[in-house]
Amino acid sequence: MSTGTGLGSAPPGPVSGSDAARPRSGRAARTLTQSDARAGIALISPTLVVVLVMVVVPIIWTVLLAFQRLRLLNLRSSGLFGEFTLNNFDNVFTAPGFWGALATTLTYSVLGTAGAIGLGLVAALALRRPFRGRGIVRALMLLPYVAPIVAATFAWSTMLNPQFGVVNHWGARLLGWDEPIAFLSQRSSDISLFGLTIGVPTALLTVIAFEAWRSFPFAFLFLTARLQAVPATLEEAATVDGATLTQRFRHILLPQLMPTIAVLAVLRFIWTFNNFDDIYLLTGGGAGTEVVAVSVFNALTARGDIGGAAAQALALAAILAALIGLYLWRFAPREERS
Amino acid sequence: MATTTTETAPPPAAPQRRGWSRDTVETRVFGVLRVVTIAFLLVVTVFPFYYTVLLSLRPLDRVLQDPGALWVPPSEVSLGSYGAVVAPQSAGGQGFLNFIVNSALVAFGTVAVTLLIALPGAYAVSRLQFFGRRQVSVLFLAVYLFPPILLAVPLFVFFTRIGLRGTLVGLLIVYVSQVVAVSIYMLRNYFDTVPASLEEAAAIDGCSRLGVMWRISLPLAMPAIIANALFIFMIAWNEFLFALLFLIESRDRWTVSLGLSQLAGSIEIPTTVLMAGSVIVTVPIVVLFFASERLLTEGLTAGAEKG
Repeated sequence: MSTGTGLGSAPPGPVSGSDAARPRSGRAARTLTQSDARAGIALISPTLVVVLVMVVVPIIWTVLLAFQRLRLLNLRSSGLFGEFTLNNFDNVFTAPGFWGALATTLTYSVLGTAGAIGLGLVAALALRRPFRGRGIVRALMLLPYVAPIVAATFAWSTMLNPQFGVVNHWGARLLGWDEPIAFLSQRSSDISLFGLTIGVPTALLTVIAFEAWRSFPFAFLFLTARLQAVPATLEEAATVDGATLTQRFRHILLPQLMPTIAVLAVLRFIWTFNNFDDIYLLTGGGAGTEVVAVSVFNALTARGDIGGAAAQALALAAILAALIGLYLWRFAPREERS
Repeated sequence: MATTTTETAPPPAAPQRRGWSRDTVETRVFGVLRVVTIAFLLVVTVFPFYYTVLLSLRPLDRVLQDPGALWVPPSEVSLGSYGAVVAPQSAGGQGFLNFIVNSALVAFGTVAVTLLIALPGAYAVSRLQFFGRRQVSVLFLAVYLFPPILLAVPLFVFFTRIGLRGTLVGLLIVYVSQVVAVSIYMLRNYFDTVPASLEEAAAIDGCSRLGVMWRISLPLAMPAIIANALFIFMIAWNEFLFALLFLIESRDRWTVSLGLSQLAGSIEIPTTVLMAGSVIVTVPIVVLFFASERLLTEGLTAGAEKG
């Protein structure tokens, strides 16, 4: 800003070299600016119209819908502005399902994001030094992310199938599982470790593992790009000074990667928090994996409760916005410094 | 840089002799771990896809007899599943050919319409000073991060009311609105790297603004445009939520993703046949991806270097 005002008097500067040319070039510059501005608005307007009509207006409409009693059945007969009521929110917040779904969503997003970034970091570090065939390995690493979600979930649910799935087959043979594990339809199972029996949310952990598997390539890509930009001299200097491999990672590489990891954490958290496809396709929201996005979908299609669905979606967006705001407010100053 | 050297300087003084052996140990341990990690990651990423192809090639009765087989002997390979999944419903198949046509129509249509809209927009955001330019960029970024499920409710209501729900055109409009913002974002980043002096030279030679765009900027931005087109194609081909919401009632308009997910729920259709369908959904994407991997990864990470 300060540089902008400082430069405010600059434009005439170079022109003032020849006094005669000044008024003409000044006017020419202004008309060019004006025509540029007009062309800019003309060129951006199709996008703007699409975004306004298909995204901004619907969001405002969601807010309106959330305050109305609207069902799919009387959709065609009802007007745009019906009776406004707070009933939907009352129903949403008092329903036991909503808070459970919210807790599931949070667990799923936090662990899924952490898993994806952790796995991505490990992959980026493991593939850092060149070796024969690294290009192919790198490309294969991206498969889970680019493959169609339907195909990926279908492969997983077939592999994990309790009757003829390959995982249960080999689990029983090699790991000595007594009975097949229904990874995607079992709410919880008891695992005994050193004599302690712990209840483990099987299906939830499975969808979290899927999320980490599906999105680690995204983190891998970004971290690989960032690793390539780390100057080699820093590490060489540290090696000369006697820093070991783990020390070099902890004190040289990690601080450099931290800003990228922070951005990845925000992006992945947002996307995982809103994720619908993965859980709907893997478990249908059953067995303790119902996240809010799936519950919005069910309210809309199974119950035809448009107002309730809109209220839930709005609550989801508001909570996400609050979490992201909190994160940025808490961590943004540190990023600026680094 | 000076701070890092002073920070790492203290340790070597005292534990130098010990540090030497520790470094060797760590290098050895992590050298082995690295190989193990790469092997593990390869198995984990590739196996589900390998398993999909494997099942699609084996006859169902063999799969049920021996579910743990990790290899299909060449004598056992059968392409029957592919025939069954592609054949039209009237011939006893699953009609995937029809789904493929639908998906291709929507995906190519989305690419064409999005580029038509986003290219001028990206150029304007990158090059032209106009009122509200910065606000527009912020708006587009916000749209990119917006939860699609929040849009699902109003768009569902809206398209039901205007009678476009259940049509491919309606779906195409939704897809364009979903990707146009990110598309502008990607293209703008590339336009920013094209030197403005080239355009100024053309303008001095008498080229109009549109002429400059058409003759100078577009050809120079071709790599980014192709990468962007592939990116949009993948999103449109893979999309599931809106296809499910909009098209579920009319089977002849299903996309491949929707078709596969719907048929996966039924008990009558053998898993091997569905696996063949799964391969058919995946192959175009994987082929496109490997053909353009370098282009795409560069496009995807174009914004990462600043981070």
